[in-house]
Amino acid sequence: MKQKNTTALTAELLARFDDFTSALNGESEKPLFQLRKEAISAFETLGIPSTKNEEYKFTPIGKAIDKKINVGKPSIDNVGSLTEDRVTPYHIPDLKGNILVFHNGIFSKELSSVVSSPDAIRIQPLSEAYKEASEQFVRNFSKYADVQNDAFTALNTAFSTEGSFIEVSKNQVIEDPIILHFIQDAAQGAAFQSPRNLVLVGENSQVNIVEKFDAVSESNTWTNAVSEVVLEEGANVSFYKVQNDTDEALHTNHTQVYQSKNSTFSAYTFTFSGDMVRNNLNIVLDGEGAEANMYGLYLVKGKSHIDNHTVVDHKQPHANSNELYKGILDESSKGVFNGKIFVRQEAQKTNAFQSNNTILLSDNAVINTKPQLEIWADDVKCSHGCTTGQLDEDALFYLRARGLSKESARAMLLYAFASDVLERVSIAPLKNYLEAIIAERFEQNF
Amino acid sequence: MSKDNEILEAFTNKEYEHGWTANLEADEAPKGLNEEIVRFISGKKEEPQWLLDWRLDAFRKWQDMEEPDWSNVNYPKIDFQDIIYYSAPKQQKKVNSLDELDPELRRTFEKLGISLEEQKRLTGVAVDAVIDSVSVATTFKEKLGELGIIFCSFSEAVQEHPDLVRKYLGSVVPVHDNYFSALNSAVFSDGSFCYIPKGVRCPMELSTYFRINAANTGQFERTLIVAEDKSYVSYLEGCTAPMRDENQLHAAVVEIYAKADAEVKYSTVQNWYPGDKNGKGGIYNFVTKRGICAGDRSKISWTQVETGSAVTWKYPSCILKGDYSVGEFYSVAVTNNYQQADTGTKMIHIGKNTKSRIVSKGVSAGKSQNSYRGQVHVMKRAEGARNHSQCDSLLMGNQCGAHTFPYIDIENQTAQVEHEATTSKIGEDQIFYCQQRGIDEESAVALIVNGYCKEVLNQLPMEFAVEAQKLLALTLEGSVG
Repeated sequence: MKQKNTTALTAELLARFDDFTSALNGESEKPLFQLRKEAISAFETLGIPSTKNEEYKFTPIGKAIDKKINVGKPSIDNVGSLTEDRVTPYHIPDLKGNILVFHNGIFSKELSSVVSSPDAIRIQPLSEAYKEASEQFVRNFSKYADVQNDAFTALNTAFSTEGSFIEVSKNQVIEDPIILHFIQDAAQGAAFQSPRNLVLVGENSQVNIVEKFDAVSESNTWTNAVSEVVLEEGANVSFYKVQNDTDEALHTNHTQVYQSKNSTFSAYTFTFSGDMVRNNLNIVLDGEGAEANMYGLYLVKGKSHIDNHTVVDHKQPHANSNELYKGILDESSKGVFNGKIFVRQEAQKTNAFQSNNTILLSDNAVINTKPQLEIWADDVKCSHGCTTGQLDEDALFYLRARGLSKESARAMLLYAFASDVLERVSIAPLKNYLEAIIAERFEQNF
Repeated sequence: MSKDNEILEAFTNKEYEHGWTANLEADEAPKGLNEEIVRFISGKKEEPQWLLDWRLDAFRKWQDMEEPDWSNVNYPKIDFQDIIYYSAPKQQKKVNSLDELDPELRRTFEKLGISLEEQKRLTGVAVDAVIDSVSVATTFKEKLGELGIIFCSFSEAVQEHPDLVRKYLGSVVPVHDNYFSALNSAVFSDGSFCYIPKGVRCPMELSTYFRINAANTGQFERTLIVAEDKSYVSYLEGCTAPMRDENQLHAAVVEIYAKADAEVKYSTVQNWYPGDKNGKGGIYNFVTKRGICAGDRSKISWTQVETGSAVTWKYPSCILKGDYSVGEFYSVAVTNNYQQADTGTKMIHIGKNTKSRIVSKGVSAGKSQNSYRGQVHVMKRAEGARNHSQCDSLLMGNQCGAHTFPYIDIENQTAQVEHEATTSKIGEDQIFYCQQRGIDEESAVALIVNGYCKEVLNQLPMEFAVEAQKLLALTLEGSVG
């Protein structure tokens, strides 16, 4: 089959929109429907980006979409049953908290549970929030992610029906993490999902959120997710993203963060597989004393293509950002890293650090790195560093001289490389879970 | 902060010192660009048919190309029909010795500080001087000739060594490489040609001096350096232009071809007129420079000090094709007022065990924008490739910007590539330290900036290093961030 160009793909997705809206009974009367219409017209203008687009230069996303586009249409009534015992293997062992399970983009009430007090936090599936259309929701929904300039955000805004709306009140520490578990099951024929999350965190409140993506069948799926996270003054949010899809999965996602004064946001992105994964993480630091931490780890092999794009926009003085992304690429996998740091003219006394390290384990693996600093303020400390290399021969020799086999010496060094990121995970069951995945990968010789 | 502003003001008021014009009578082509002009230039230079065909081919390709807009610079669209593509100072046809040179022309060079005779006697640097579009004088030709080194103007090379020119012209920078290289290939008027035979170590620095003099002209020169096996040459390039309100275009192409075990060192001190302090006038400097390490163990080293031009857009690159070949790039780019610079390098690792090193130091002041854009590409068969890049930016004042766009593309697992970048300002504590020791604020800044750039300045040949240091001190006097 001849590969369709990005224009043809765009047209195909546009055509889907009409089918989709006619299936949304009566929603077209709601004010939020206007957002969908705006988004789809923005998408029409933007189109699926080709590799001529600087942001997608190394990521031929059209090619990946071409493989997925026929696998299922965004439909809301095409859901098979998902039983608890099918889901359980994908849960993170021992991790208790508020769990929302979504199956092929549909909220599963039976498998979900909310344990935190409703006075402290509101956790709602997006469809409910849509219906209720509370003032807070309407005021913030789709106000942060850039629909006009990002094709996939526009596409998500047009098609999303489900996800979550999380609102944390003032001065609350939410002990139980919130787990958003998205499960895709292409066996049922519906494999395109557009999860959408909106998280509002009140003054001085603290919350941990884990997004987990799994595909339970070996066929083509496409997840196009968008999350908006808004931090009020002094709020503290940890946001974990665990992607362990099948090797056939296409995953595009965009996390847009807005930070006020003295707030702290930490993002942890773990990617273990996928045909093509594109993670956008955009953080706007719009308050003095705000702090953003971005940690990423990707371990891929086969033909996986992993693309991490991060943007930190320092708008106000005295803010800090730290970034550490590590990757291990084996076989014919490809890695792309693009980290942008903007320091605006007002943002004096900014500290921004960025680091990206990659290990290539095969001659067919490729890494394209572009750390980008754009600075308009003079009294700042910014630096970036990136390295690409292989395992240190001396270190390997040292371990082997002490009786370790080649494989275990290698596994040990790779584990040490990955642990810089891993050790920052503060939720113990999650950390154990990730460690187990990584250890298993290294033991099987990657 | 007020003191800082004062000093910044003083610094912004510094004027360009090469802004005079000389009353040289010039022989010019009519304004505009079409096939006729290309034929006119070729005819003026009495070029062989193959070169005319080559130019016309380039011109046709250029017509089909679009002006690129990806760089981080802003300038009004250039009207390519409003430029004079050929301008030559009028003088008698052949000059055999410097004494025969037009006295006005000689005064011009004395003003530039490159008295050709002085140069000849004192420094032992061979100079090829290019005014507007035409090479006007080349010194030390005979002495070099004894060693078999060819160093002459490009037009002379076309007449006297057509085989060499034909073989290497466009071999490193193909005609259709980019918009400006195609334009240059169509209308280039002169430049320098340099050929170092096998096993010869060039005993002196070779140098080209470029100057734009006439109004409304563009300068399109072409430099071609060929270094045979086991040869060595160090090449210098300098440039200035008068102060004019309109912008002038300079689109040059430099090609370096290094064979096995050859080493070429290319140094530039670029001091084109940067425009006045309101950003009016100045040179658009769009240059394509590339060298190929074609043979094993060859080495190409680029050193540049960029202080001039309203808009600079240049990426001296190395194609490391031979095994064990080495590429180096050392750069200081200083921007002030409304200057914009988008500069950096490309290191393409093709051969095994190739090495490259990038040191880039950017200094931005006033309302200028300074970008580093570079690529390190390790191809699949480049076993054991090694790169280290360092790009630092220094900001003075909060009206300017510093940007870095490094691309690092690795396709071989044995490659070791490191990149680091920092952005900072001159510390108040550093200035205080100097002042305590009786060094005034202005000298302290010059001292610190010179220290900051030292890694690059050390790479320049003696004569140039002195000039570059003076230039830096002049541009940066008193600019405390």
